[in-house]
Amino acid sequence: MTAATFYAFVAVGLLCIALHGLVTQQHLVRKILSLNILGSSVFLLLVALAKRAPDAPPDPVSHAMVITGIVVAVSATALTLSLMLKLHEATGLTQLPEDTEG
Amino acid sequence: MEALNLLTWAIDALLGLCLLWLAWWALATPELFRAIVLFVVFSLFLALVWVRLAAPDVALAEAAIGAGLTGALLMSAMARLHAATATPPELRGSPEPDTDAPKAADAGRPDSP
Amino acid sequence: MTLMRCLLIPLLMAIAVGLCLTILSLPEGEPGLQEAVAQQLTDSGVRNPVTAVLLNFRAYDTLLELVVLLLAVLGVWSFGAHAGASAPGAGEVLDALARLITPILILVSVYLLWAGAHAPGGAFQAGAVLSAAAVLLILCGWQPPAVLGRAPLRLGLTLGITGFLLVGMSTLFSGRSLLQYPPDHAGSLIMLIETAATGAIALTLTLLFIGTAPAGRNPS
Repeated sequence: MTAATFYAFVAVGLLCIALHGLVTQQHLVRKILSLNILGSSVFLLLVALAKRAPDAPPDPVSHAMVITGIVVAVSATALTLSLMLKLHEATGLTQLPEDTEG
Repeated sequence: MEALNLLTWAIDALLGLCLLWLAWWALATPELFRAIVLFVVFSLFLALVWVRLAAPDVALAEAAIGAGLTGALLMSAMARLHAATATPPELRGSPEPDTDAPKAADAGRPDSP
Repeated sequence: MTLMRCLLIPLLMAIAVGLCLTILSLPEGEPGLQEAVAQQLTDSGVRNPVTAVLLNFRAYDTLLELVVLLLAVLGVWSFGAHAGASAPGAGEVLDALARLITPILILVSVYLLWAGAHAPGGAFQAGAVLSAAAVLLILCGWQPPAVLGRAPLRLGLTLGITGFLLVGMSTLFSGRSLLQYPPDHAGSLIMLIETAATGAIALTLTLLFIGTAPAGRNPS
């Protein structure tokens, strides 16, 4: 097993942890944290699979996609946090309405 | 060299296990502040993993944007949440859903059904 | 709800097993697109393969990414003012740190922008470091000068995209297609685009952190 395959498995583990957190956590900031960890796990999978050849240089197209993805993820996080603050101002909730009833 | 291979493997295993443990702990801890701090630490460890995977550009971007800016955004949002919860309702900026006005109007009318 | 909770763990394990099997079934030692990039690297104008991919081979993706950043700022601005906490007074440590580190951050940002052509670096990293310096200053209570009101701010936000588009469309006049740089001048064109993009990215990320639109935006 090369380092790339090992980190790919770590990425799959992170993905499952993040999905579990996304579904079970109720506080909205924790949901946003889970989304970020989910994004990071996908980036880890992409970059790990870009270095499958142990001796050759890695694949730069995957690195470019991940850099783009990191920037898009931070802008999505900023927008989602704004949405959450607006929801809190309007209703006083920090959870989705269906989670507070259930 | 066999020793260097073993050391590299130990570093890889340590980094991978730390990533998994930090992610789990960040989502499981009851305090929000600690969760955000753990997420920032997770991003920094991830930047180390990028270096290990021969992706220095991604490591720079992750350390600056992922760890720095996302951590600052989350902390700022958390501070605004706590400030908004601590402020009494009369002093809040946006008007609350007006639940008192209909009752006052009903009390003014003597015979409301 | 409890049914979903009971199904969640087996579903996640199925996903994990499926992904692991997919990873193991991939062919070993595949170089991917690295060889294709390495062949065209001398024509791209830069020596860093990631910068070549970001700003030459997949330049259209980078242009649309700048648009995504702009859309995020517009979305955050559309929510109006947040009734939230103002920045508390900065402690001595933060103040001293900001004074010490802001010039270094600006220098590092300019270096990363220049070094992106031949070493790890580039516009996104430089813009992010610059925005980190701005965020640090804002946390210390620095208010951006009021002369940077509405119009210069909006101009700065669109500077990256318009610069990119202008350079990309200038190639249309010499008979090439959009964003197809001539190999002789590709290096300087990329540097031009990266400079505009760095300023726009730094401004956009800082505005995302500030959150509220500048004063005078909403007449209500």
